Amino acid sequence: MSASRLAERVARESYGRLLALLAARTRDVAAAEDALAEAFAAALTAWPRAGAPDNPEAWLFAAAKRKLIDAARRAQTATQSEAEIVRGMEEIEEEMAARDIPDRRLGLMFACAHPAIEESLRTPLMLQAVLGFSAERIAAAFLVEPKAMGQRLVRAKKKIKEAGVGFDVPGPEAWPVRMSAVLDAVYAAFASGWSDPMGGDPERSGLTEEAIWLGRVLASQAPQSAEGLGLLALMLHLDARRPARRDDEGRFVPLDQQDVALWRRELIEEAEETLRRASRLGAPGRYQLEAAIQSAHASRAWRGAPDWGAIVLLYQALTELTGSPVALLNAAAAIAQRDGAEAGYDAAEAASARFPVLRDYQPYWALLADLCAKLGRKEAARVAYDEAMAREQDGAVVAFLKARRDAL
Amino acid sequence: MKYAVLVYETNDDFAAREDARAKDYWDGHGAYFGALQAAGVFTGGAGLTPPRAATTVRVRGGARQVTDGPYADIKEQLGGFYLIEVENLDAALAWAEKCPGARTGSIEVRPLIEMNQ
Repeated sequence: MSASRLAERVARESYGRLLALLAARTRDVAAAEDALAEAFAAALTAWPRAGAPDNPEAWLFAAAKRKLIDAARRAQTATQSEAEIVRGMEEIEEEMAARDIPDRRLGLMFACAHPAIEESLRTPLMLQAVLGFSAERIAAAFLVEPKAMGQRLVRAKKKIKEAGVGFDVPGPEAWPVRMSAVLDAVYAAFASGWSDPMGGDPERSGLTEEAIWLGRVLASQAPQSAEGLGLLALMLHLDARRPARRDDEGRFVPLDQQDVALWRRELIEEAEETLRRASRLGAPGRYQLEAAIQSAHASRAWRGAPDWGAIVLLYQALTELTGSPVALLNAAAAIAQRDGAEAGYDAAEAASARFPVLRDYQPYWALLADLCAKLGRKEAARVAYDEAMAREQDGAVVAFLKARRDAL
Repeated sequence: MKYAVLVYETNDDFAAREDARAKDYWDGHGAYFGALQAAGVFTGGAGLTPPRAATTVRVRGGARQVTDGPYADIKEQLGGFYLIEVENLDAALAWAEKCPGARTGSIEVRPLIEMNQ
């Protein structure tokens, strides 16, 4: 990691910590963001002249606190008296003086993923509040107009403030619902970056790294959440294969054809260790199952072949847990690997009989096409490839399917 | 923060106030009121008569228009409200969830505008 990159990371670590502290009392994320931005700007002029302070976070907090109190004094808002803000800040300062700066980022993440916030905005809000992303950068990653994204973020922050969304970490009884909303928001950031198979869009592909960063914050702040650890393990496993997902010409390489020598072993090892910690907590769930599936795929790196038996069972368990048609389709694809193309074809047909929605899903047709080709049913394979291409938007994947069709 | 817990009731909820289910209906709200008071979060509230008793007034172009019934013909009508003071939205939502009307109608939670002292 380069020095500038390291500086960026340190700033990011501080950004989310400080924002969580500054916004917790007032619930005013927007005001805290403004104050923090001014504090960082002040640091850029003061530090080169006087040298960096011993405790940069405490310096930034003190500067941001002054800005926040000044802003409150100027605005004299109806809902938040200046005295109340000062009192809240004094309480936090006592905590800061007592020991290390408290890390309230988990509470901030719970606020961003609160059920009172519209679901599609939870991930953008989290990227902005915890990582300091600009609305422009978020808009680029989610392929929406910057102005529209900015307005929606402003509205979401107003909702937090006006509705009184708390910044506390909810009690364990609320976790099944509340924690999964947090995890889903983090995973949505990862998926948005991951779904750019060409990796040509730096705004989008960078999101996988940011999501892993959020996952690490979660795992460190909520080590008792088995699903939180499961999500981190899942993302690490997938990210470990990023260097193998494209060939030298930038073409998409499916998992079973990837060169395992390109997989990042240190990430796989971290994923495995994280998943072991999760399973010791004895609370299985969707993300742990998905991580375990990726773990079974990763075993190809040292076993020579993935553990297809385990993958079939895990996808079937995932289908029962989540009712996901895609999970059942993936189970069929794994059955084809374990028991042969004929058995896989039957399983895929059974999956679409149970979930007719699969007949409108590109990977369903791609799987049928592949299995028909293996079984020597060329005409059926051609038809299935056409159906698959008709349902795919991504040019790289269409090219991949077309090449397969033409090779029949 | 201060919140209004607005109880929107279905036609059947309003009917339940007056038919064989009346005792259950009123006991349910009585127990809820008692729980809010015991927790020290109750600051006010009122039950409303059914929408059939409503009369709506509008002034348009300086002229008063009076019509029979509630302002809009919708499936669920405001049946009453509780005013509570709690720490945050989660606490308010937890109380709203316990309100008897939540199981059949809808409970809207809305913060009150805080007046300057």
